[in-house]
Amino acid sequence: MTGARARRGWASALALLATCASLSATAQQRLIHSEKSLYRDVFVYEDDSTRCLCFTRLCAIGRQTCIDLSKPDRLVFEYTQMMLGALFLVPAPHSILVIGLGGGTLPRTLARLLPDADIDVVEIDPAVVDVAQKYFGFRPGQRIQLTVQDGRAFVRAALRGSKRYDLIMLDAYEHQYIPEHMLTREFLTEVRSLLTPGGIVAANTFSSSQLYSNESVTYSSVFGAFYNLRSGNRVILAANGPLPSIDQVTRASRGFTAAFEPFGFAATKLLPMFSTRPDWDQGARILTDQYSPSNLLNGRP
Amino acid sequence: MYRVLLFLIAGWSGFFVMAIELLGGRLLAPYFGSSIYVWGAIITVFMLALSLGYLWGGYASLHAPSLRRLASILLAAAVATLPVLLWGEGLLEHLSAWIADPRFGSLAAAALLFFLPTCISGMVSPYAVRLLVADRTSAGQLAGKLYFVSTAGSAAGTLLTSFYLVLYLEVNQILMLLLAVSALVGITAGLAPRAVDA
Repeated sequence: MTGARARRGWASALALLATCASLSATAQQRLIHSEKSLYRDVFVYEDDSTRCLCFTRLCAIGRQTCIDLSKPDRLVFEYTQMMLGALFLVPAPHSILVIGLGGGTLPRTLARLLPDADIDVVEIDPAVVDVAQKYFGFRPGQRIQLTVQDGRAFVRAALRGSKRYDLIMLDAYEHQYIPEHMLTREFLTEVRSLLTPGGIVAANTFSSSQLYSNESVTYSSVFGAFYNLRSGNRVILAANGPLPSIDQVTRASRGFTAAFEPFGFAATKLLPMFSTRPDWDQGARILTDQYSPSNLLNGRP
Repeated sequence: MYRVLLFLIAGWSGFFVMAIELLGGRLLAPYFGSSIYVWGAIITVFMLALSLGYLWGGYASLHAPSLRRLASILLAAAVATLPVLLWGEGLLEHLSAWIADPRFGSLAAAALLFFLPTCISGMVSPYAVRLLVADRTSAGQLAGKLYFVSTAGSAAGTLLTSFYLVLYLEVNQILMLLLAVSALVGITAGLAPRAVDA
């Protein structure tokens, strides 16, 4: 009895040591590049196994993109895996728009997964484009067209043209700052108009606390029901048209078992996350171009 | 009473300008984005409008200056803001379709919507200095006090708008509130008995 307790004591002490060791391992990250852009500081840190893009010193407030140096295709962040869950709703998109580049993981992965798709990428910060190319293997080219522009300005300009997208990915929000004009009913209506019938929008959002409810009611005011994937991050998957049923999603997911393997995760892992249950305050105020204090709301408990 | 009204007009005008500038950024963002160019364009237009307003206000103070006329400058600035409320969205819609470049598009939009009200607001401070100053010895001190009140008003307008007003009200509601306060301050000062008009 005493022995068992002692062993448990040793075990937790060892666990504590292991935690300290892993903490100091993250502290041993080396700065390999830093620059000041028009918008922020851009840092690239590296440790023995990963290289990360951060907007704060020592990645104090989150990491934007990380790649595994020995397996560069592996999707280090769960949210990028969750974003690819959009393919269960639109399995063979021909045209894709990604708003927000980061290290370029999403467009790079989409180009590998979908050799026939045209991918447009919009990024506001030229310095981020530079770093994505130099340190994260992002290569725009014929199939990946990059535009340096504000995401909403791009969407409005695109609406005046005839091009429409089967899949739009919104990855422009981050821990510290949400571009408020890209989280309003009007913006989402524009995004919806830019989708082909049955097209899908996937949004990686950082909403927490009070904003979670405002964001949810804003999405449902434009798209009706949507899939809400949560695990640390939140990914919203919504459709321009009826939302595919969970049976359709499950069936489509089987087609990606082999395709997702090189990226280091199982398609089936995402399925339990798909939920349409509203777990927010449905009386929350809808965000509009006239009322969009997203950053203030995000800081409120 | 006379001085209180002068300082009130100067302080409120400072508040008004910065609140409008912040809301300007929110109004332009859906059409031109919130890239650094858009803020650059807005700030440029406000600074240029204020600088010309100072010049104009100084000239205007040469001809029979009075508290009543100062009050009418404040009211004129409010009236010049009405087009933002009435036609702002339509104008931004057209401009953004017409001028694709976000730099010149936002510069044109900010100039058309905000130049006139900001320029008129700029007239307030030098005009008020003329009304305050009785002799040369106190001129610098009074001008200092006036700039203090006006710029402190600007600070308050920036803080209250960005921290609180946008959290509770819509952009157009805040604009209407600002216009209502301008009307209240302007009419109060305009109706003040002529006796106080030194």
